[in-house]
Amino acid sequence: MLYRESGQFKSTYAEDQQIFPIRQDRIAMAALLLVAFVAVPLLGDQYWLSAILTPFLVFALAALGLNILTGYAGQLSLGTAAFMAVGAFMAYNFVLRLPWLGILPSFVLAGLCAALVGVVFGLPSLRIKGFYLAVATLACQFFVLWAIQRWGWITNHSSSGVITAQKITLLGYPINTPATKYLLTLAIVAVLALAAKNLMRSETGRAFMAVRDMDVAASVIGIPMMKTKLLAFAISSFYCGVAGALYAYTYLGTVEPEAFTLDLSFRVLFMVIIGGVGSILGCFLGAAFITLFPIFLSIASKALETALGIEISHALVSNLESIIFGGLIIFFLIVEPNGLARLWQITKEKLRLWPFPH
Amino acid sequence: MSGRTIGEVTLSVEGVSLAFGGVKALSDVSFDVREHEVRAIIGPNGAGKSSMLNVLNGVYHPQSGKIKFKEKEFTDMDSHEAASLGIARTFQNIALFKGMSVLDNIMTGRNLKMRCGILQQALWLGPARREEIEHRRAVEQVIDFLEIQHVRKTPVGRLPYGLQKRVELGRALAAEPKVLLLDEPMAGMNLEEKQDMCRFVLDVNDHFGTTIVLIEHDMGVVMDISDRVVVLDYGRKIADGVPDEIRNNQKVIDAYLGVAH
Amino acid sequence: MDVSFFIEVLAGGLLAGVMYSLVALGFVLIYKASGVFNFAQGSMVFFAALTFVSLTERGWNFWLAFAVTLAVMVALGIITERVVLRPLVNQPPITLFMATIGLTFVLEGLSQLVWGSQPHGLELGIADVPMEWLSQKWNINISQFDLFAALVAGVLVAVLALLFQKTRIGRALRAVADDHQAALAVGIPLQHIWAIVWGVAGFVALVAGLMWGVRNGVQFALTFVALKALPVLLIGGFESIPGAILGGLIIGAGEKLAEVYVGPMVGGGIESWFAYVIALLFLLVRPEGLFGEKHIDRV
Repeated sequence: MLYRESGQFKSTYAEDQQIFPIRQDRIAMAALLLVAFVAVPLLGDQYWLSAILTPFLVFALAALGLNILTGYAGQLSLGTAAFMAVGAFMAYNFVLRLPWLGILPSFVLAGLCAALVGVVFGLPSLRIKGFYLAVATLACQFFVLWAIQRWGWITNHSSSGVITAQKITLLGYPINTPATKYLLTLAIVAVLALAAKNLMRSETGRAFMAVRDMDVAASVIGIPMMKTKLLAFAISSFYCGVAGALYAYTYLGTVEPEAFTLDLSFRVLFMVIIGGVGSILGCFLGAAFITLFPIFLSIASKALETALGIEISHALVSNLESIIFGGLIIFFLIVEPNGLARLWQITKEKLRLWPFPH
Repeated sequence: MSGRTIGEVTLSVEGVSLAFGGVKALSDVSFDVREHEVRAIIGPNGAGKSSMLNVLNGVYHPQSGKIKFKEKEFTDMDSHEAASLGIARTFQNIALFKGMSVLDNIMTGRNLKMRCGILQQALWLGPARREEIEHRRAVEQVIDFLEIQHVRKTPVGRLPYGLQKRVELGRALAAEPKVLLLDEPMAGMNLEEKQDMCRFVLDVNDHFGTTIVLIEHDMGVVMDISDRVVVLDYGRKIADGVPDEIRNNQKVIDAYLGVAH
Repeated sequence: MDVSFFIEVLAGGLLAGVMYSLVALGFVLIYKASGVFNFAQGSMVFFAALTFVSLTERGWNFWLAFAVTLAVMVALGIITERVVLRPLVNQPPITLFMATIGLTFVLEGLSQLVWGSQPHGLELGIADVPMEWLSQKWNINISQFDLFAALVAGVLVAVLALLFQKTRIGRALRAVADDHQAALAVGIPLQHIWAIVWGVAGFVALVAGLMWGVRNGVQFALTFVALKALPVLLIGGFESIPGAILGGLIIGAGEKLAEVYVGPMVGGGIESWFAYVIALLFLLVRPEGLFGEKHIDRV
């Protein structure tokens, strides 16, 4: 009853092309943004803001980056963490050496550095595809980590490769509380998510999907292969780079190269798979799932501990987490390969008919 | 086949030979195509018809011979260049982008006409928005023309074969090509679908004056809609002329009936 | 330039490469027969080694432990086929690949859940000491154990190559790899074949696990050995058994030589990525690897 489209006619192409063509969706989105920007920072508790919501947003942004490359453009990449690392460490360098730049330009520049690295390591995609390409992206992953630890100027010659993110300010306001860090992250992620949505529904997105679905045909109708693939790597790495910078400045604080291992690349890939390949909403759903799941598991194990009066070791929990994670990936791939985003779509379709069964 | 005059030679191949390893797909083939005409390429299976089409739009590069299009000569034009020169095509095995909707697939056909950069697209600024709408309008015209309005938002992977072929034609048309290469556009269709497709092909030729080169196995269709026919057999040209000449040509009849030579 | 040192480095590299090939073989087997890129191969190696060593440490006899571990690996293969592969049979290869990533996580957690996470040493009776007559006569140090591992790998490769080329089962495996539908159409029992393949891959994983276990100890880091095998696959092609050996030799030798001669110039520690650079250079020339099958897109 609530979710009816009747009476909402589109009389211009502009109306048909809106991101949220159904009025109820627009209202829901506005409400969500209101809650996110106003209610949460005012009412949310410190722990939730700093340990759950902020990393969720950061990972959603990284998932956006990976989804653009793998979900939309079909280039499988296992080097996400490397691009995030470039973003994090280059942001550190810009803030350190060019402090007059300001935090937002530093983040943008860091993202551009990551984009450059992405283009260089994306060059193999012009010759190789599929699994071969995925393996090649591992080269990026290992090389970048090595470079960060060997090229002293990146870490300002810190002996262990560990850097500490500096205190930052935006337009004079210090960004030092969970609430301000959350708001900064939210603002950046919201803008970039909108930009991604716009890009993917324009010619760029169509070109990416054409290359993904049948690159020979794409080339025949005039889509330039090299430019499109490298652009996908560039945009994707930019997003991952900014995510990495945010990761360092609004969440980690103390950044070591070990925070950006292959394990992180896999985590982001899982977010994309579980959330839904080729879907902007999916990135957020997947990131939410992967961020909340370990917390859920540790709460459950604590509850079990008190209920059964036994001691559950940390190792046991983390092994269980591995097993259940892996199992869930397999489960999702079998049951709903298009991920949570598709499940959400099905729910919406059911809502449209509610309370009628069909 | 009225209401338009056939013009000068616009596309021609001279002495084209193409081989894959030891297999000779085309041997010294020469023919021309005049502007605004419907030119059919026919021949038994394996005669090299698809290879010829692939040479015409730069997917294959012949080992020898020349291709001339609009006064320019090529031997190694690549498919991207061909597209930008105004040559569009459809494929025997349907080369649509299965993950996208009908509307998006046809929109990709407009890609060479889109000018806005990624920053404008990302911010959905005025020029980007206007460009999308302008091209959407052009694509909707193609959709109207091909009568596929009812499936415009459906992912093409879910459409029946005949409709997919129509969408592929739509994608080629959206590029507003000078020359349209059709590789067996009626393959796998029933009588009704074939009649529809014929109608579309003739309308395109009539209204837009598009030069059409098509490969087709159905002799009835070929004789009905083409102005001139080229016949290939084992990679060689064995006949070239109007449909009536070809119908009665002994060499053509022999080729199809499989006389040893 | 010290020639005997060079030979030592080269030989050491070649032999290390053979060890990589052992792991790569598991990948090739599964890819050849089912088109699945099994990212879980590394965790299979780890699981096999860990199971074996845990049994021997509990006093089990070598052959008994080997047999039981082998049985476990075969069972694992059959379960994987039934639970993971069968439901995904018509999905694109990328989906299957991601499922094997999920499998990796499951196996890693399972291994440590069942057997604990302390490192174990492993002894197979052949000491990791230089061959005496080589080191005394020509001043070249080549480990006895490395040679033994190379021998084992050689035998394994010969047996597998024979299996694929000469036997009926091998032919069936190749048919299945080429075209599942067609294989079904001629009556090849797909599920049995896959169970066999994963079983054999499990056996290869066990052998690789034992070799690597002696060299590096049986600990979680063993799973990363698979990451070293990937450049081998890039060079040798994903479907080729001889390619896995040749690729292994090239990577092993190239990596060791680079580490010794190039490494000091750029700060050392380049083994983590140099193998990939070698592989990428190869791919520029041959995008499908030395023996890989050319991918033809018909339009």
